[in-house]
Amino acid sequence: MNSTILLFLIQDGITNGAVYALLGLALVLVFAVTRVILIPQGEFVTYGALTYASLASGQMPGTAKLAVAMGCAAFALDLFTERRALHARKIARAFVVNIVLPCIVLAATFWAASHHAPIPLAIALSLVIVAMIGLFLYRLAFQPLAQTSVLVLLIAAVGCHLAMQGLGLLFFGAEGQRGPVLADAALTVGPLRFTGQSLAVYGITVAFIVGLWLFFGLSLYGKALRATAVNRLGARLVGIRTSLSGQIAFLLASVIGALSGILIVPITTLYYDTGFLIGLKGFIAAIIGGLISYPVTAIAALMVGIVEAFSSFYASNFKEVIVFMLLVPLLLLRSLATPAAVEEEKD
Amino acid sequence: MSMRERWPVLLFACVMAAIPLVSGVPPFWIVLLDNIGLSALVAMGLVLLTGVGGLTSFGQAAFCGFGAYTTAVLTTAYGVSPWLALPASLIVSGIAAVILGLVTVRLSGHYLPLGTIAWGLGLFYLFSKLEFLGRNDGVSGIPPLSVGTLKMLDPGTIYFAIWAAVLISAVLTMNLLDSRVGRAIRALRRGHVAAEAFGVQTPRTKLLVFIYAAVLAGLSGWLYAHFERTVNPTPFGAEAGIEYLFIAVVGGAGYVWGGVLGAAIVVVLKEVLQSYLPLLLHAEGQLETIVFGILLVALLQLAPQGVWPWLISRLPFKPVRKQADTSLALPPRPRAAGTPDLLLEVDKARKQFGGVVAVNDVSFDVQAREIVALIGPNGAGKSTTFNLITGVLRASSGTLSVLGRKIRNARPQEIVELGISRTFQHVKLVPDMTVLENVAIGAHQRGHAGALASMLRFDRADEAKLLAEAARQIARVGLADQIDQLAGSLSLGQQRIVEIARALCADPMLLLLDEPAAGLRHMEKQRLAALLRELRDGGMSVLLVEHDMGFVMDLADRVVVLDFGTKIAEGTPDMIKRDPEVIRAYLGAAA
Repeated sequence: MNSTILLFLIQDGITNGAVYALLGLALVLVFAVTRVILIPQGEFVTYGALTYASLASGQMPGTAKLAVAMGCAAFALDLFTERRALHARKIARAFVVNIVLPCIVLAATFWAASHHAPIPLAIALSLVIVAMIGLFLYRLAFQPLAQTSVLVLLIAAVGCHLAMQGLGLLFFGAEGQRGPVLADAALTVGPLRFTGQSLAVYGITVAFIVGLWLFFGLSLYGKALRATAVNRLGARLVGIRTSLSGQIAFLLASVIGALSGILIVPITTLYYDTGFLIGLKGFIAAIIGGLISYPVTAIAALMVGIVEAFSSFYASNFKEVIVFMLLVPLLLLRSLATPAAVEEEKD
Repeated sequence: MSMRERWPVLLFACVMAAIPLVSGVPPFWIVLLDNIGLSALVAMGLVLLTGVGGLTSFGQAAFCGFGAYTTAVLTTAYGVSPWLALPASLIVSGIAAVILGLVTVRLSGHYLPLGTIAWGLGLFYLFSKLEFLGRNDGVSGIPPLSVGTLKMLDPGTIYFAIWAAVLISAVLTMNLLDSRVGRAIRALRRGHVAAEAFGVQTPRTKLLVFIYAAVLAGLSGWLYAHFERTVNPTPFGAEAGIEYLFIAVVGGAGYVWGGVLGAAIVVVLKEVLQSYLPLLLHAEGQLETIVFGILLVALLQLAPQGVWPWLISRLPFKPVRKQADTSLALPPRPRAAGTPDLLLEVDKARKQFGGVVAVNDVSFDVQAREIVALIGPNGAGKSTTFNLITGVLRASSGTLSVLGRKIRNARPQEIVELGISRTFQHVKLVPDMTVLENVAIGAHQRGHAGALASMLRFDRADEAKLLAEAARQIARVGLADQIDQLAGSLSLGQQRIVEIARALCADPMLLLLDEPAAGLRHMEKQRLAALLRELRDGGMSVLLVEHDMGFVMDLADRVVVLDFGTKIAEGTPDMIKRDPEVIRAYLGAAA
């Protein structure tokens, strides 16, 4: 191997790794706040990517309609759970959030699809649509299960993954799609050529990591989320609405997922089911980070990306074997590193 | 299983055996039942592993793969008979489980399920890349099972093999759960501290359930290979591994029959959706997956514990619990002849957590037939001292001697062997086990039956003695009326008493009680004090941590006072009551 190939592999690995880092961060966030291991994270990626690609090619994405349908269901669920304490303001608020907003977005999407909207608008719409789907997903599937064990939440997450993957096939078909690049500019440093797209990937990843760090460190909502993560009951006692924390976590996770999708869809062709595998690799990073640490997760994601790039160069047949098997010794190391003090399993 | 529990199983077996013989049953139903049986085997292993043992695994499909590929390669490439390949399949799955398990079960908390996803996926890709396993095409032309001249070619004949395997495995699994080893497995989910304090080797027990679940999955894989007569990697991937887990959760992850019911629900639901939805909605695409996913979430919202317990709680009759035969007795633990007076000596014990000194060079001893109380304000290091003595924590320095022998870095299991048993400040019972079963864990190290003996019911004599001992100790602490209630349903005070009964079951010479009187009413406290005096007069010593001064001063022969990790006083209750240091520690300098 010469140094050029080495550099190329590292560059390739870092680009992929940055996306895994974003997804890993989202998984950590959701798990910390809601105890849900977010298997459908991969679907947020494909939904975001394919909604964007559809809009850019002037097609009407089915996800906008899904958001409206889920909104209606969420509205019905809100009315049902609050049936003993209904009053006009509550109903009006639920109506606006669950029905009016998705309908406005649907109308905007319809207009954008038929008028070949500019790329920034397509990106914004894709993000909003997936964000709403994430929000409603929490409301419909996970909020009613908030008190159950991690295992039950996990199985529910699998159920959501199955349903959303099936819907993805329905909306986008079995054909893969690619989206237009975000920036055409390119930068050449020595033998390496940085495309505008890969620079955008790095920039946005770093921005998100810093943003999350600021959000959790400084803002009141961020602190409320952390409080919920540490102690649900305690958080409720001091007046934090834990269901709101869950909604924020899902909202952030879906936006991050959709954004990752939009970032990679110009580089690689995405299919309705690609998200699952991408999500899993973000997952590996999250696991190495112990589902707790954001910086470790980000570093681990870069490592996963680089290992993947190297193993696809040397033993492309065994690429996935190497990436996934790598995890086992790492997990063992982490387990041994955590002090085996008095541990208690609560569920 | 008693006779009463056996009847429903027998009835179920008869019904299952009769189904293919009834004329007019569509052959398609038989295929479905075959598939249900195959999934149920794997799910049953998961019930033990995940629902009961608390070890979540997404990797069970990979063990099916080991079973299926082993028999596929042996029967096609080497012409081995399928029946000879069966033990090979089980052994290969078992060995794979040992190797993966040694790594995996050490993983704590959430690392464990995630680790299983990792190797589950890795093995799936390995199956699909290896040349001698036929890569993505797999292995075909696998011979059918045959008995004499009968070849099990059609779904209707292999049906009997599959369901015989399911029923036998179910009975063996239930036998295992209802035994000494089973109680150890059931205690795993609630953390390892309490179980280890009574001699359970938790890492070994975890590995055991891991292997057991893998072997059941291997059995399912072996049957699958001879049912389909061809294997390829697809059914052993991550999706399948996830599906097995939700079969177990939907059915009821804590219940053996939950695995079977879950398999029936999931397999039938998928089939119905696959065959009727397209007709109903006239659309292509994976509609069935969508509806299946949504139904799954809805089902979990309706019955988060699974469908089986939901069904059972609606039955008009309640299960009858067996009575322990208290005429049986366990032999007492061997004791050193002419027990010396000094039971326990703590010499300059010290425990540091980072910069905090929780226990600061504390020395005291416990003599034979003595009740010693360890008191002190909150945070004085009393419970930490208990944890040092019982091996839960390792002392930073200092020595500990039992019966004059120095004990160095002993594990909790060794301490209880020495005759020191304990209760916990925060009650550590298994809430979904009965009082009897919880207390029987206390006698764990006094029984001998292993997993195999338990599955085959060779453990009954041993088991009856353990239960008899447990029942006797429960009667002794005055909870005979609650013996068959679930431990979680008792009041906190009663749960503390259950813990004392459990500790007594270990036949200790020294009983360590961590705040036994907290949450007790006045009468109950008096009864407890009387019991402890009776134990002392019978030759046992008691070391207790307690905040109720009236209780302590009435009961204790000697009192040791800790404050901020340091011993500030020691003496008879009367001396302690007048000690200025003690008064200052409790009430402040001005008092």
